[in-house]
Amino acid sequence: MKLKELVYKGIVTENPVFIQLLGMCPVLAVTNTAENALGMGAATAAVLIGSNFVISLLRKFIPSKIRIPAFVVVIATFVTIVGMVMKAYLPALDAALGLFIPLIVVNCLILARAEAFASKNSVLKSVVDGVGMGLGFTIALVVLGAVRELLGAGTIFGATMTWSSFEPAGVMGLPPGAFLALGMLLALYNKIASMKLKKQ
Amino acid sequence: MSASSIFIILVSSILVNNFVLSRFLGICPFLGVSKQVETAFGMGMAVTFVMALASLMTYMVQHFILIPLELEYLQTIAFILVIASLVQLVEMIIQKSSPTLYSSLGVFLPLITTNCAVLGLAILNIQMELTMIEALIHGIGAAVGFTLAIVLFAAIREKLEYYNVPEPFKGFPIALIIASFMSLAFLGFTGLV
Repeated sequence: MKLKELVYKGIVTENPVFIQLLGMCPVLAVTNTAENALGMGAATAAVLIGSNFVISLLRKFIPSKIRIPAFVVVIATFVTIVGMVMKAYLPALDAALGLFIPLIVVNCLILARAEAFASKNSVLKSVVDGVGMGLGFTIALVVLGAVRELLGAGTIFGATMTWSSFEPAGVMGLPPGAFLALGMLLALYNKIASMKLKKQ
Repeated sequence: MSASSIFIILVSSILVNNFVLSRFLGICPFLGVSKQVETAFGMGMAVTFVMALASLMTYMVQHFILIPLELEYLQTIAFILVIASLVQLVEMIIQKSSPTLYSSLGVFLPLITTNCAVLGLAILNIQMELTMIEALIHGIGAAVGFTLAIVLFAAIREKLEYYNVPEPFKGFPIALIIASFMSLAFLGFTGLV
């Protein structure tokens, strides 16, 4: 498989959020604004690329019986590093994401890529897979974050996008809005996919 | 520690800050294991068991190992290892002592390691500076809240089978929209404590 195809697969055909529905907790929890969504996506992508790299390097040395705990330790190490870097350089973002930074450890997307891809493929391919899946995850989060921020506050990345008489629906920034926006986006994605299929 | 503070922790963790519907912890099993009420209840019971034990264990690890050795930065790694081995241990104990319980909970147990509600609970307990008893009660409350949400959700999804849902909404989209309404209902508990 070509490297370009791997990236395309992560972003479109096997998008972790819209197709595989992996790692839904942060997808719903921290997409109240586009900025938070971008921060969460970037942090997750960084952990994913790092863990894919190390796990594919060690794939011949990790005994298959204890591979899951070994993967989890590698992932937890990267999460700790990312958490410390964010605390030091981006304290405001770190405070906004809060609990969900350490919880990247239990994001099923990362463990799924370790198990399904990095433990079976070369280092280069695994890193590219991490980049593709990380980008796909980030894009999905930012789309959801932008929709929620637009409807909930009338802004995207803090810039006002709506006319002055627009009444923002505050509920979109609250938990019910997260479920509703993701449900609607998934339905839209299904609709577009089925229309494409009919054309063919 | 008075009875009223126990009650406040319970009400707050079951209704006001429901783990699934307002904190977004444990969404994967909430969406994945909620097609039937019976399995949803089994999952809820398994989670309750693990969460109560995990509250105690992680409290002890934090206060008797990590803080005295000034290793707080290893919290995430230490907690996930504690939870993974705890789940394994619980699985072995149940398998030996009660085969009937094992056959009903067995399939759910390995899934709990990657249930972010458990790790989230452990970290929240530390952040909220709870005492050991409070942490235990918070764990039980959170797990009851999780069970309540997943069982109600499964009951609605069972009924949904009989309705004609528009094609693009079939499966997860309609489930998420239902979750949205449930979350809206739970929002009504805000301000209760």
